[in-house]
Formats: sequence, structure tokens, C-alpha cells
Amino acid sequence: MRSGRSVLSDVTFSVPTGQIVGLLGPSGCGKSTLIRAIVGAQRIGAGDVRVLGEPAGSACTRRSVGYVTQASSVYPDLTVRQNLHYFASLSGADDEATEGALDEVGLRTRADALVRDLSGGQRTRVSLAAALLGDPDVYLLDEPTVGLDPVLRRDLWKLFARLADDGRTILVSSHVMDEAGRCDRVLLMREGRIIADATPDELRRRTGQDDLEQAFLVLAEEVAA
Amino acid sequence: MSRTLATAKRVLQQLSHDPRSVALIVVLPSLLLLLFRYVYDGSPAVFDRVGPQMLGIFPFIIMFLVTSVTMVRERTSGTLERLLTTPLRRGELIAGYGLAFGAAALLQSLVSSAMAIWWLELDVSSPWVVVILAVTDAVLGTALGLMMSAFAATEFQAVQFMPLVVIPQLLLCGLLAPRASMPEVLERVSDVLPLSYATDAFSDLGTGATSTGSLAADLGVLVGCSAMALVGAALTLRRRTS
Repeated sequence: MRSGRSVLSDVTFSVPTGQIVGLLGPSGCGKSTLIRAIVGAQRIGAGDVRVLGEPAGSACTRRSVGYVTQASSVYPDLTVRQNLHYFASLSGADDEATEGALDEVGLRTRADALVRDLSGGQRTRVSLAAALLGDPDVYLLDEPTVGLDPVLRRDLWKLFARLADDGRTILVSSHVMDEAGRCDRVLLMREGRIIADATPDELRRRTGQDDLEQAFLVLAEEVAA
Repeated sequence: MSRTLATAKRVLQQLSHDPRSVALIVVLPSLLLLLFRYVYDGSPAVFDRVGPQMLGIFPFIIMFLVTSVTMVRERTSGTLERLLTTPLRRGELIAGYGLAFGAAALLQSLVSSAMAIWWLELDVSSPWVVVILAVTDAVLGTALGLMMSAFAATEFQAVQFMPLVVIPQLLLCGLLAPRASMPEVLERVSDVLPLSYATDAFSDLGTGATSTGSLAADLGVLVGCSAMALVGAALTLRRRTS
């Protein structure tokens, strides 16, 4: 329920450890609400959300979850480094982690700039770097690549792949279908329901489409029919 | 504890990137006091009676405004939602805010009290107690601002809570008319408003005609009210929202 309106219904899925699972669908389909429910920020009408076997938002899951909101939720009136130092001290990370995160997102040269002076894409990367600090087991990323240029997008997806290889679990939302191909598994969402839960290859096979955007359209029409 | 200190440090860092706000916090009460002193140039007795009150009331109002707007900004920018998904506890966040603005209030009170006492020759019995009371008033303003920000959806609304919360207290606190001369209903209401106790305490200091016992009692009430408002502020931080 969001502002009294039912947003999600009949949503059942699990995200296996060490995988990148993409949450794809048009804007307004409930992706952000679903991620907020998993992080424990969303009041839910009915249902059960568990992270690593614990109820969503409980004290022990907060230690092991890194959450990146759609709008870059860092402080515009602090420098990049001051932001990262603050979030590091909340999750018990050290200064080394701060410097490492700066390199991961390629912001070393802007470390002492105020976040309000950065571009939208740079702010998103600061926000992402803040989530990397505590070295969480689970990443919940809400449209982290929106507004980034292709080179940066590719670099971030490489970073996600590296995290997954290290055994981290990643749920990442996007409304750009070509990003589905980079995920181990894809959840296709439409109007608050999950209309497909499969690997990219299975999606292509099932719909007979090479292009995942086309595959989504075929599935959406099947559901509507 | 370390997360509380980290939060206080972060709030002060944010302030330090906004020199104009720092200037307003530090010198505005002193400027207003100066104005007040010369408006009543012809009747120094009025300044001696009301001057000490102003040392408490200006920080109360300024800190209320500054904190409620800062907290609403934290809510609307999404950083609060993010903070609440980290191991940071709600009480630690509120305590961090209280600590940071308490430190700002201390600086503010030192400047305004020093000016009032040494330059404007305000007649008070014990200068250090003036500073302690002024800081307590500022922390009370901070605590009420943090709590009231829960009821404001926008910065626009937060600013308008100032007249709602502050002006009735100013009218009823005994500054303009003695509380005993008010209709009984209003007197009862003034009994439960914290600013009344601040006014009583500052009056005692100005006249120097009281026992330290009643001053300590007034201070106790102010500290108690601040603590209650801080607890209230922590409880109004909702981890889950709709």
C-alpha cells in the first residue's frame, strides 16, 4: 500500500545468494515500492518479506543491506569525502573503505567537491559509493544507472558483476530493457505484478525474440490478453 | 555513542559549508539585543527588566527554526530514509542533532551574553548562570523543532510552525504581562508551557532577589521539557512510511 493505493499484489519471489537479479518494468509499475518493502522502509498491508532469513528492516538485516534510493540520498552541502566518512562511521567502516569506494565509482578527482556542485550522474555514484562502505551482503539498488553515460553504465555493471562473484547478492531495478541482459535472472514487472521470473536466455527462448525489449512486449501482451 | 558523535560532526560540517547561516546563528541575537537596548534608551529600567529575557528567547526562536527546517530537509531529501536503513538508531540521530545545535547554541550564548553584560551593561547577578540558561533555552528550541518537524511535510509548513509554537508561549510566559494577572485559564495554560519557566528564571537573575532553589527548579523544568521533546522527536521518526 502506498498512500492508501494498492501498488503490489501477488508478488512472490526469492533472490538467490551471489546473483544479480534485475527488476525490470516501466516506471510506475511498483519497482521502487517493492525495493522499499525489502529494505523495510515501506509499510506493507499484507505479506512477509525476509532478508537473509530475518524480517525486513530488523536491526541485524540493517547491518547487512546496502540500499541506494532512486534520488541520490546523500548530503548536497557536504563534500563527497565528508559524505562517505559519515556513512562509513555509521556502518563501522574505516577510512580505507572510504578511499576504496571513491576509486570504485571513479570519483577520486572530485573527492573534495561539494555534492551540490556535481552532476546528477556523479551524485548517483556518490550515493552508490556510500552503500559500498559497509561491505554489505545484500545490495538493493533502485535505478542506479539512470542518467549515466554508456561508459559509466558499463563500468558500474562490471562492478556489480565483481560484487556478485565475491558472493554478494544484488537486486537492481531498471526501466531500460537492454540492462536485463547483464543480469543472472530477470523479474519483469507490470502494474504491480511479476509477469516473468527467468534467466535472460529463457525469456528469449520462451518468446522467440532476440531482443529483450521485444520479449517484454510479447509477455505484456500475453498477460493483457 | 560513536554514531551520535559522527552525526553531530556531520551536522556541524554541513553548517560550516553555509557561512551565512553560521553568521546569522552567532551574531543575530546580539544585533537584536543591541537594537532593543537603544529602542529603550530613554527608559533603561525596561531594558534591565526585559533584556535578560531576550538572552533566552532569541536563541529559543532561532534554534527552533533552524532545526525544524534542517530536519524537514533530511526527511524530504531521502537521506532520513537511508539513515534508517543503516545500523544508526533513532535516538542516536536525535542526540547527534541535539549535540550539534547545542554546541552552536553555546557559541551563540557566549557571544550575546558577553555583549549584553560587558558592553550594554545589562545588570545581572551571575553571568555564568545567564549562559547556562540561554543554552538550555536554545536546546529546548532545538528539541521542540526536531519534534515539530515530524508534523511538517514541507519546509514551508515547518517555518509556519514557528508562530504556532513560539508566539503563544511568548504571550503567555509572563514577559508582557505578569502571569498572575491573567484569567485563570490562561494562567493554567502558561503553567504547562516551558517558556514560562525560562522567563521566571531570567527574571530571578535580573532582580537577583531570589533563592537559588527556585532558579534550580526552573532550570530542572527546562531540562526535563527538552528531554521529553527529544524523546518525542525520536519516537516520531518512523522507520516505515506509507
